[in-house]
Amino acid sequence: MNGVHDMGGQHGLGPIAPEAGEPVFHAPWEARVLALTLTVGAWGRWTLDASRHQRELIPGPDYLRMSYYEKWLTGLVELMVKAGLATRAEISSGNPAAGTVRASPPLTAARVAQVLAAGGPASRDVAAPRRFAIGETVRARNINPVGHTRLPRYARGRRGVVERDHGVHVFPDTNAHGLGEQPRRLYGVRFSARSLWGEAAAGRDSVHLDLWDDYLERP
Amino acid sequence: MSDHDHPHHRDHGQEPPSDLALRVKALESLLVDKGLVDPAALDAIVETYEHRVGPRNGAKVVARAWTDPAYRARLLEDATAAIAELGFGGRQGEHMIAVENTPDVHNLVVCTLCSCYPWPVLGLPPVWYKSSSYRSRAVIDPRGVLAEFDLVLDEKVEIRVWDSTAEVRYLVLPERPAGTEGLDEAALVALVSRDAMIGVARVGLEA
Repeated sequence: MNGVHDMGGQHGLGPIAPEAGEPVFHAPWEARVLALTLTVGAWGRWTLDASRHQRELIPGPDYLRMSYYEKWLTGLVELMVKAGLATRAEISSGNPAAGTVRASPPLTAARVAQVLAAGGPASRDVAAPRRFAIGETVRARNINPVGHTRLPRYARGRRGVVERDHGVHVFPDTNAHGLGEQPRRLYGVRFSARSLWGEAAAGRDSVHLDLWDDYLERP
Repeated sequence: MSDHDHPHHRDHGQEPPSDLALRVKALESLLVDKGLVDPAALDAIVETYEHRVGPRNGAKVVARAWTDPAYRARLLEDATAAIAELGFGGRQGEHMIAVENTPDVHNLVVCTLCSCYPWPVLGLPPVWYKSSSYRSRAVIDPRGVLAEFDLVLDEKVEIRVWDSTAEVRYLVLPERPAGTEGLDEAALVALVSRDAMIGVARVGLEA
């Protein structure tokens, strides 16, 4: 979707303002939101791609106003409601609905270290064609899907060169929407800064994106 | 820059509980009561990212690469495996690539679409990395962005910006500073900053 989250190339969003000695979390609630997102995620009711997309669905003005973990909290609540893990009435009251049978959480403290260390690789050991060769010039397709995509607007329609074959990875555009992993080939593609931003850009500079087969075409 | 100048830091925990703090507390209480989460698991995750997994991991990778040419070669060939040799890996670092700075090439990492970041080697990303301003400008104006970090590169230096659009995560291997030939690996680790491994700083003789 062409949401405000797709920020690459925009001007006017203010100074960067790095904070010296920044703490990992600025308040205890931020840490709890991170931890709740990971532990509720362990129920496996949604994918990482779906959770990213849920945050993209936050209306633009709110997305720009909210702090990072406020966006995470908002996304988590929506995902839980959609998945039926909790109702809005429960979330606003903080109390389980009458007659709720207590569940047993899949991610226990004893398993945290092992689960974080294992991670969740996105590569899949399946055959998928390699339509583009290393060194081949490609063009990012001009697509404007209303759902989730990882092809940023600033690269659409631009020419780049395939630099790397990352293998076969889960496809976010389907996986975010419950349409399956549909793994396909992922490439590292180099775009010259001039191809993206015009002749005023520095001649040697480049931007590198990881793009799935479907995002690319022969120019 | 103090916290008060920063639009994203509205809750500091020293003030009365904010609306957000209360909402999160109520949500955690609900989820614990429903048996959906184990409160001890929440504590373990927070403890992991507050105290155990952070940029010191990445600094160890960098210092090893600086002192062991065979390790450096393995890191540039297969960063996921080389980083795993030092015991780091897992969530948000499943597919790692290390990009090397040289006198002629400077690398900078961003995620324009969200906040993708190599957790096992750098920990959780700082607020500025997740900010609209950094995400928007790193790809179109990397030199202007670097100048805001007081890093001014010669015009002849080639800048490569890595936009983390998939599950591949990038670690910048900074240049080893001159004058560190006599330092051992542990002393080098102390010099390597998080910002240098994102690409918004160089490594100097003081961390």
